[in-house]
Amino acid sequence: MPVLSSAEELREHLQRDLPGAGVLPLPPPPPEPGAEGKEPEKKAKGKEKPDFLTTGDTVVVAERLTEVAHYLRDTLGYEYLSDIAVVDYLADDLFELVYRFYHLDGGGDLVVKVRVPRGQPVVPSLTPTWPGANFHEREGYDLFGITFQGHPDLRRLYLWEEFEGHPMRKDFPRQGDKYLTLAGS
Amino acid sequence: MLKTQELQINIGPQHPSTHGVFRMLVTVDGETLVDLVPFFGYLHRNHEQIAERNTYLMNMPYTDRLDYFNSMANNHAYALAVEKLAGIEVPERAEYLRVIMVELTRILNHASAVGFMLNDMGAWQTPLAFGIREREKILDLFEMVSGSRMMCNYFRFGGVVRDLHPDFLPQLRKLMSVMPAYIAELERLLTENEIVLTRAKNVGVLPKEVAISYSVSGPMLRASGIPYDIRKAEPYSIYDRFDFDVPVGGVGDVYDRYLVRMEEMRQSYRILEQALEQLPDAEGGHINPKARPALKPPVGDAYARIESPKGELGFYLVSDGSDYPYRYKVRAPSLINLTPLRDICRGYKVADVVAILGSIDIVLGEVDR
Repeated sequence: MPVLSSAEELREHLQRDLPGAGVLPLPPPPPEPGAEGKEPEKKAKGKEKPDFLTTGDTVVVAERLTEVAHYLRDTLGYEYLSDIAVVDYLADDLFELVYRFYHLDGGGDLVVKVRVPRGQPVVPSLTPTWPGANFHEREGYDLFGITFQGHPDLRRLYLWEEFEGHPMRKDFPRQGDKYLTLAGS
Repeated sequence: MLKTQELQINIGPQHPSTHGVFRMLVTVDGETLVDLVPFFGYLHRNHEQIAERNTYLMNMPYTDRLDYFNSMANNHAYALAVEKLAGIEVPERAEYLRVIMVELTRILNHASAVGFMLNDMGAWQTPLAFGIREREKILDLFEMVSGSRMMCNYFRFGGVVRDLHPDFLPQLRKLMSVMPAYIAELERLLTENEIVLTRAKNVGVLPKEVAISYSVSGPMLRASGIPYDIRKAEPYSIYDRFDFDVPVGGVGDVYDRYLVRMEEMRQSYRILEQALEQLPDAEGGHINPKARPALKPPVGDAYARIESPKGELGFYLVSDGSDYPYRYKVRAPSLINLTPLRDICRGYKVADVVAILGSIDIVLGEVDR
C-alpha cells in the first residue's frame, strides 16, 4: 500500500483512477509577492476579505465524495477516518467540510475537502460504510445544519431537538439568545 | 407460561459510573443489554464558538478545561496547531520540558483511569486510592511549574511559560526512583486478581477491523491489536529521539485495555528517563524569544494532533489573518471513542456496561465541549 506524500500526488491518483471524479481545478496560484508591485497596493487597501478558498488541498465535488472516500480506503489504504471539520465561509457563501484520512502504517494525513452552498448544504454521509463518521456528522448537523444524506440516525448531538438554529454558523446571533433570558422576564 | 418484557432504563445523567453528566438509554431483557443509545450535551457550552471570539493566547487556558485530567496534553496539541499555523519554532529545551510534562500527564491519566475503572467494577476506592496516590505526586510537580494542579496553562506558543523551579528536577528524580515500584504494586494488586479477571476478560470485545472503521484511537485502538501510536506513526515534537515500545492487546476486551494502560505507564517512564538524560541545560531556553503572545497568523488552515493519553487529540485552526481564530475545531478522542459503545455493550450484562464505559476512559468536558 502506498503512503502518499503530498496533495498533488493524491490529485494525480484521483484524476487517473476516477476520471471525472469531480476534482475541482485549483485556482490560479497567487501572484509572486513584489511582482508588479501588487502586494503593497493590497495592503494599502486595508480591510479586505481574506481569501480562504485558495488551498493546496484536494477539493472534491460533493456528489462524488463517497466514491472518493472508498477509493482512498480500498485502493490507497487510507482506512482511518480521523476527523470531519465543518467551516462556515459566510462571505463566500459556502460551507467547507474537511475530511482527514490516515494510513495505519503511519505518515501524514490525506485531506479531502468538500464545498457546498450555504443555501442547500447537502453532503452524502459516510456513516453507512464508516461508522466512525457518525458523531462527526451528527455534530456537523447539530452545530452547522449540514444534511448528511444517507445517515441512519441524523439527530442533534449536543443540543435538544427543539433548539432553533445552528449555533456555529457565523450568522447565528451572538447576543440576545432567547434561551438565555430568564424565565418569566 | 412465563412472559418476559424488555425494560428501558436511563443510566445517568447523574449516575456515578458515567464519570460526569452523560446519559445512556439502555433497553434490557432481564439483565442482558439489548440496545443502548448515548445522549450527550449536558456539559455543552459551545467551546468552539467561545474560542472563536478569543484571541489565540486566550484559548490556551481554555483548552485546559477540555479534558481536565490532561491539561498539559491539551496545551501541547493546541500549541502545536498554532505554531504550525504561524510558523513558530520551539527551542530545544522547551521541547524537552513539554515532553516531560506530557509524559507525566500520561502516567497520571492512566493511573487514575485504571483506578476509576476498578471503581466502576465494584472494587470500591481501594485501587483508586493507589492510582490517586501517584497522581497527587505528579500534581505537586505541576503545581511547582505552573502554579496550578489541574488547570496548568503552562504552554505558550514557541515554548513554555517559565523554566523549571529549582526544586523540580530533584523532586521528579525522587518520584521516578519509586515509580516502577508503584506501578509494580498496582499491577500485583490487579493483574492476576481473580475478580478483575472474571469481570474484565472477554467483556466488551472490540475486534480489530471494527475498531478501525469506528475511528477509535489511543489505548482503546491499541488494545484491539493495532500498533498505532501517533508518537511513532507521525512523530511530532521530539518523539523520534526516544526509544519506547507501543504495547498492543490481543482480543480488545476490557482486560486488554487495562493491560495496555499499565504498559504505557512503563513506556512513559522510559521516555521520561531518556528526556531527563538529554535535557539541555540552556538558560532561558524555555521559550522562543521571537514568539509574540499576541499573534496574527497568515490566512490559512492547520491541523496538529498528538497522542493524548485518551487518544488522538487534534486541533483544526483556520486563520483569517486577524487576532482571533476564524475556526477552531477540536477532534476530541473521548467523543469518538464512544462511537462503538452500543456495539461493544450489546449482549453483556448491565454491570458490564459500567465496566466497559470505565475502560474507554472518557472525560465529559471533552466529550460535550
